Amino acid sequence: MSNVPLLQVKNLHTSFITDAGEVKAVNGISYNLDRGKVLGIVGESGSGKSVSAYSVMRILTDTGRVTQGEVLFNGEDILKYTPQQMQSFRGSRISMIFQDPMTCLNPVFTVGSQLREAIRIHTDRTKEQINARALEMLQLVGVNEPEKRLRQYPHELSGGMRQRVMIAMALACEPDILIADEPTTALDVTIQAQILELMQNLQKKMGMAIIMITHDLGVIADICDEIIVMYAGKVCERGTADEIFYNPRHEYTKGLIRSIPRVTEKHEKLVPIAGSPVDLLNLPKGCAFASRCECAMKICLTEQPEETWVNDSHIAACWNNVKRMYEESKGGEAR
Amino acid sequence: MSENRPLVDVRDLKEYFPVKSGMLNKMVLKAVDGVSFTIDKGETLGLVGESGCGKTTVGRTLLHLYKPTSGEVYFDGKLVTDKNIGEFRKDMQIVFQDPYSSLNPRMTVSDIIGEPLDIHHLYHNKKERAERIAELLTLVGLNSEHATRYAHEFSGGQRQRIGIARALAVNPRFIVCDEPVSALDVSIQAQIVNTFEELQQKLGIAYLFIAHDLLVVQHMSRRIAVMYLGKIVEIGSASDIINHPVHPYSQSLISAIPMPDPETARHKHRIILEGDVPSPLRMPKGCPFRTRCRFATEQCAQSCPSLTDRGNGRQVACHNM
Repeated sequence: MSNVPLLQVKNLHTSFITDAGEVKAVNGISYNLDRGKVLGIVGESGSGKSVSAYSVMRILTDTGRVTQGEVLFNGEDILKYTPQQMQSFRGSRISMIFQDPMTCLNPVFTVGSQLREAIRIHTDRTKEQINARALEMLQLVGVNEPEKRLRQYPHELSGGMRQRVMIAMALACEPDILIADEPTTALDVTIQAQILELMQNLQKKMGMAIIMITHDLGVIADICDEIIVMYAGKVCERGTADEIFYNPRHEYTKGLIRSIPRVTEKHEKLVPIAGSPVDLLNLPKGCAFASRCECAMKICLTEQPEETWVNDSHIAACWNNVKRMYEESKGGEAR
Repeated sequence: MSENRPLVDVRDLKEYFPVKSGMLNKMVLKAVDGVSFTIDKGETLGLVGESGCGKTTVGRTLLHLYKPTSGEVYFDGKLVTDKNIGEFRKDMQIVFQDPYSSLNPRMTVSDIIGEPLDIHHLYHNKKERAERIAELLTLVGLNSEHATRYAHEFSGGQRQRIGIARALAVNPRFIVCDEPVSALDVSIQAQIVNTFEELQQKLGIAYLFIAHDLLVVQHMSRRIAVMYLGKIVEIGSASDIINHPVHPYSQSLISAIPMPDPETARHKHRIILEGDVPSPLRMPKGCPFRTRCRFATEQCAQSCPSLTDRGNGRQVACHNM
């Protein structure tokens, strides 16, 4: 039992049915998440990184549905749960925080009543215990004057404070997994640093696993054990932070890393990725990135690359990587 | 002498907005509170700071899109006033942050880019106008066939290019770039940053590059000014500011940048600032940063430090130097 990963996502497909046709937002992603680890999912807008998390939480909009795949939590498929089961599962086992803490908090209820509600639903504590727990959570996330804050409304708090309240609410029932969907994108750099530091500290203290969804490679490099790079609903590359940043094998990952400015004395020109993101309504037959890829080969246009192991902590889905590994193995034999 | 004259010279610029709070209480929001800087021909000055620090207001007040409360702006040695701003519109342009709301959805691309040409009478006949529009589109990396389309038919990056083409239409010598890449994805961001750089090399345009992404600003700019609550706290060469910031606020701002490099991230020491930015309506007395500063002393509460020269073109506003 202990060998089973905490969360296993297997070949997950999610589509949205729109008037224009089926938008394939997630096209077969798989990953494992172990207890107490931080997994980063990085990608551009429309790459399916948020939708993949929404599918795990089963909070897709009416038009969206999981068309294929399994999501195993401790070995149990949560996609088969009834809505009631799901309701008690969300918040207690997996919780989520979102990009914009203003729209996620209800403006007509006080911070305290929203925080207490989260605790009341998932535990059978008495009123006093709930109050104490709410206060304790606010202290834990570093909100100053917590007694006063409990009586305040969301609009009276700053962006950073609201995000702290969201985190307090998400962690109130000690979930095993916290999914953070761009939690610091709406915040300023100095506040972002505060929130990231807080998340790291809480993770050490409470031992939950974190799925960090972001487009910011800096945030990812800072706090993640493992990274998934997504493009057009597929996993391009998956590996430890060091593998992804120092040994990228997918052309898209390489392009992403080249296109961010670095702090260097001499001025280096940025190398952007040409073209614009792919249309999810008409996905190409081959690799979705092929039309923007400088190293695209014939096979890239006709066949989808499979996920190949580069080493035991690194997977890439790119034909160029397959070619490179084949050449390396041949070179090894010749020697 | 005129060779050494800066292209844009901003002196003690102030912009106060009246804010009502309560029935009779009239308060003043000091969005920009005495900002001075210069920009040379063909140079890029980066302006960084957190939201609400007044960086966008500086850009807009500088262009007289807001009427300055006080202070002067000189362009190429001439004082810019409300009366003569029309003459300077051809020389000073702006590119906005949001490529979605800054383009009129009911106008075609040729109308959007052609409007400044119409206003400033920059063509003799229709053919010339169409040629100039096609030329501008190619200049920013779009197709001349795009001219007949509407803004909604383009992606974010392409829209930002349309915004740039519109700014370039009148051959400006100076452009205020107000967070021009913040709304774009990383891979597209690099395309636009490169476009700005190529245009500068080709046309010798000076930029005031306003952004909160320090990595992008550092990449684009020769000099950087750091703002906090309406004031410039430090200004200096880009590499000095990024590698050896002096003001405690710049230090924590720079240390907070998430570095896209796991090795640096592991060894980096973040200086975490306590608390939030104070409301600009209730600014602390003395140094605006003292409420969050690790080194704040009695003196900081009493008087506001002014920008003083620290050599090598760097100016810092801090008592504890």
